[in-house]
Amino acid sequence: MASTLVEKIFSRRCARDVRAGDVVMAPIDMAMIHDITGPLAVQKFQEMGGRTVFDPGKIVLLFDHQVPADSISAANNHVFLRKFAREQNIENLDGREGICHQVVMERGRAAPGDIIVGADSHTCMYGAAGAFATGIGSTDMGFVLKFGVLYFRVPETIRVTVGGKFPGRVGPKDLILEIAGKIGADGATYQALEFTGETFRTMDMPGRMTCCNMAVEMGAKAGIVPPDDVTWSYLKGRRDITPFLLASDENASFSMEYSFDASRLTPRVAVPHNVDQVVDVAKVAGTHIDQVFIGSCTNGRFEDLKEAADVLKDGTFHPDVRVIIIPSSRTEYLKALKAGLIERFVSAGALVEAPCCGPCMGGAFGLLAPGEVSLSTSNRNFRGRQGSTDAFVYLCSPATAAASAMKGEITDPREV
Amino acid sequence: MRVWKFGDNIDTDAIIPGRYLVIYDPWALATHAFEGTRDEFAQNAREGDIIVAGKNFGCGSSREHAPLALLGAGIKVIIARSFARIFYRNAINVGILPLVCPEAGTIEDGAVVTIDLDAGFIESGGRKMPIEPVPAFLKEIIDAGGLVGYARKLEKVKTCTESQ
Ligand code: SF4
Repeated sequence: MASTLVEKIFSRRCARDVRAGDVVMAPIDMAMIHDITGPLAVQKFQEMGGRTVFDPGKIVLLFDHQVPADSISAANNHVFLRKFAREQNIENLDGREGICHQVVMERGRAAPGDIIVGADSHTCMYGAAGAFATGIGSTDMGFVLKFGVLYFRVPETIRVTVGGKFPGRVGPKDLILEIAGKIGADGATYQALEFTGETFRTMDMPGRMTCCNMAVEMGAKAGIVPPDDVTWSYLKGRRDITPFLLASDENASFSMEYSFDASRLTPRVAVPHNVDQVVDVAKVAGTHIDQVFIGSCTNGRFEDLKEAADVLKDGTFHPDVRVIIIPSSRTEYLKALKAGLIERFVSAGALVEAPCCGPCMGGAFGLLAPGEVSLSTSNRNFRGRQGSTDAFVYLCSPATAAASAMKGEITDPREV
Repeated sequence: MRVWKFGDNIDTDAIIPGRYLVIYDPWALATHAFEGTRDEFAQNAREGDIIVAGKNFGCGSSREHAPLALLGAGIKVIIARSFARIFYRNAINVGILPLVCPEAGTIEDGAVVTIDLDAGFIESGGRKMPIEPVPAFLKEIIDAGGLVGYARKLEKVKTCTESQ
């Protein structure tokens, strides 16, 4: 019987035919915890009577939301997790590597066919590597730490097919915002989104990560790009794995199908306070902005910083705008540093911070005052997400963010 | 015991803002529930109150602080037109019962609701409204009062690789 990619992943790991709608207790290939959700997961693990974790080698533990510790409580949480890592023999990446999702990807901890859980909603990003990856809460994670398995209802799949080449200054972030606008904030709830078509086949890994990252913004359980040469060559040197075929059967049944044409896309902006409130940049051009944030697990990679730098060229940022730029990991930071991007950003007036979540989660620094407006390359513009509940967050691509930061107002990147 | 009525797409940042995620105690979290968006909730919510919401309740982050904050405020039942996936699971895991009711929108703020789980409906203002049954595999977790209680009783789990 014809199967979807996601059904195949579960069938493979369960060694029997599994269909969408089935409930399975599936083995976990990797579990990720960070400084915000980790302490509670450990506490739940202990409350469940857990003494030793299922497999220390299958756990990625790091700090990224509040690094360096921005409060005594955060510092305490870090101490607690460091001790747990030591006792359990789990490699502790601490706060030195960067944002959890980026670090998992660059270390090859996600690969085609894996079933992965993370105590963070954007765990769905690892679908860029052909894994089934989903975000879970801390109690579920406590269960995983103890037993190494978790209940899943195998999801139906929505297929999103995209064709065409991106026009200049338009890219994956504009595409995923467009998709989120069409599908809606709950249009993919309980389902998996499979991203396919020519545009995805020719898209590099960073672009695929940007798109899969935002699957959860449509309520999806997972976002996934069928593994291909791009995937396997990304994994080379990161993971010892032999390429194999993993794709939905041609006649597999999808719960819904959407198609998009990338060649007709224009820069997109999600306006406050929902990710699916997506408009053409022209609609909001001229909106005054107080802060621009370029970073996060969605758009903090070298390619994103390069996209911003290509717009900036030798220009400067508007003096009335606070520009905060944060590479998503140490590796990406070094790449940007060597390419001279960091020097250009700093010269142009930006604050460049060390890899972490930064203003994205609204708990650490870069918070907004009531009435302030932020333009951000991250993934959520919920009320209060980046500080005051009376502030406004717009989401866009790195190119749009850079152009706007230069002009001091929301600006079409094709016009600078 | 009253209904706190909310709209569509209530996200976890609204339920508990990011700056309080260093707290894990439900009662301490409860003092910041809906801070900045509905401050009177933290002040006036009482044990046994019910949240009634539109679609996609609890969307956004996986923070379990969100259901914990509501639990700390005394909420044991949330009725919504639909729930975001991670929140739904988290709610059950911490011991809150999430009920899907397509007609939730007709229930008014401050109303009183009675629930008949076995019969599969809720009643408010003289109207009976059907609720969707809780998936069977989650029922056991609910009956155990949450995932911790369920896991404590579990000797060994049977994974999907073992024969059915
Ligand atoms: S960068 Fe933002 S979305 Fe990504 S893990 Fe950090 S807080 Fe979450």
